Amino acid sequence: MVKKTKSLSLNFGPQHPAAHGVLRLILELDGELVEKADPHIGLLHRGTEKLIEQKTYTQALPYFDRLDYVAPMNQEHAFALAAEKLLNVEVPIRAKYIRVIFCEIGRILSHILNVTTQALDVGALTPSLWGFEERETLMTFYERASGSRLHANYFRTGGVHKDIPMKLVEDIEKFCKSFPKIIDDLEGLLTDNRIFKQRNVEIGIVSKQEALDHSFSGVMLRGSGVPWDLRRSQPYEIYKDLDFKIPVGKNGDCYDRYLCRIKEMRESVKIILQCIERLPKGPVISIDNKISPPNRDDIKQSMEALIHHFKLFTEGYRVPKGDVYTAVEAPKGEFGVYLISDGSNKPYRCKIRAPGFSHLQAMDYLIRGHMLADVPAVLGSLDIVFGEVDR
Amino acid sequence: MILQLQKIEKLINSELSSKIKNSSIKNEELIIEIAEGDLIDTIQFLKSNESCKFKQLIDIAGVDYPENEKRFELVYLFLSHVHNLRIKVLTKFQINQPINSLTKIFPSANWMEREVFDMYGIKFKNHPDLRRILTDYGFKGHPLRKDFPLTGFNEVRYSEKEKKVIYEPVKLEQNYRNFDFESPWEGTNYIREIKNLEKDGKKN
Repeated sequence: MVKKTKSLSLNFGPQHPAAHGVLRLILELDGELVEKADPHIGLLHRGTEKLIEQKTYTQALPYFDRLDYVAPMNQEHAFALAAEKLLNVEVPIRAKYIRVIFCEIGRILSHILNVTTQALDVGALTPSLWGFEERETLMTFYERASGSRLHANYFRTGGVHKDIPMKLVEDIEKFCKSFPKIIDDLEGLLTDNRIFKQRNVEIGIVSKQEALDHSFSGVMLRGSGVPWDLRRSQPYEIYKDLDFKIPVGKNGDCYDRYLCRIKEMRESVKIILQCIERLPKGPVISIDNKISPPNRDDIKQSMEALIHHFKLFTEGYRVPKGDVYTAVEAPKGEFGVYLISDGSNKPYRCKIRAPGFSHLQAMDYLIRGHMLADVPAVLGSLDIVFGEVDR
Repeated sequence: MILQLQKIEKLINSELSSKIKNSSIKNEELIIEIAEGDLIDTIQFLKSNESCKFKQLIDIAGVDYPENEKRFELVYLFLSHVHNLRIKVLTKFQINQPINSLTKIFPSANWMEREVFDMYGIKFKNHPDLRRILTDYGFKGHPLRKDFPLTGFNEVRYSEKEKKVIYEPVKLEQNYRNFDFESPWEGTNYIREIKNLEKDGKKN
């Protein structure tokens, strides 16, 4: 006689160290096999899109830091590009280089966090202790450029807020020289680690077709063998002139995605070094005072500059009517901003396309038939940050 | 890039001439407008046609224009990896008009449509699981509609008495202040409105 069994519903989260934030995952289990996963999201929903509709373009920018808060400037970048495309502003070349440097720092920040917490989820404690020390260094670079470690609010429409001091450039260069050694150390702990491999190899496999159907982007797509990176295929800023490789996985499992991230960090270091080498001199923000504020000296001397300053910080600038979609290759995948302007000083609609949203959606498909213990491993490799999923 | 887009635009216009209401290329982006009934056919075509191959649904954005007769707009963003192109598909429709779900063609449309439903109250036909997604359990209203106040209707707090989180109507110490900074040199909007009203009153 076959004994009838009932499937068990299990609440994973909203408070769970391996949920990477506030995820409530309702799992239906048959023994230890997962039959169905139903993610409940929105516990961190702050209505970013609604808030942006009430703010001027300058005031809307800081909200982007709070989306994917482990790589803030990458998000700002997408919004800045969208506004620039509508306004048709030229960004000074030095600003482009500075933007790329900080976007790549953001990528390293995000990948360190992801790789080490993924290791933590499957039982390795040391990588996170080593990795977070480096993150701290990188965040001081953020601080020295923008004044804050996390919520930078550094990019502006038409450039970046302030120029970076020479000493900072030197220190970033020093970091880039020493960081590959740290990646080696991390790899030494993880890449050939038997336990790490047992927990990740052939877990959460995504085929090429499935990756496309589920709107995957970034590492999730490249891990499955699709060579697609917006920095290469639809280059923005100065990525066209830079020399870097796009690491692509083969099997599309958690382990391949881990390897992709490690390789991407090495590529990011290369990109930063190239940028530092070529970093040109010049202004860092558009000189058009209808969009960017005039400098302090001018305000003291010129009436017109004073008026511009006043107008920019009360009314803000007006953006021509139209709609535009710009996307950047954020560390987690394609981060896009669909911006509709009605010609006033506030966005009429700002739809934020967060890569994590699509990735988490596929959780059910990824985890079906796996064991309960694989849930944290798969979740870790998806690289979910709830700031951007819930918006 | 522009040339490719123009080619696609021509192709779509000739192949789907009866369905395309409007098409244009602005800011180097191709946007086509269709009736909401033709959505499935058009998107099937865009996905399968050799020179389109828009195989990835990037996002679905709802837009609310309360003053229009066709109040809502949906903008579907697609990406073609093969041809390295993007396209926007726009459809306008009235409030309460149900829209065909894309979940059969793109599995990833599931959550995106749930989000649009949550934020705008747009209903999707044949959607497998149309629940709210981002807002709270038991939430009422659709927050991204333009007539939904920024502060919302309810606030939550932990009640020491009842030992649970309770919902109460929003009570603000100070009302939300929406400053009108629009070009004081031309006179602010509300003053202009008052002046216009006075003018109209004199005429009558």
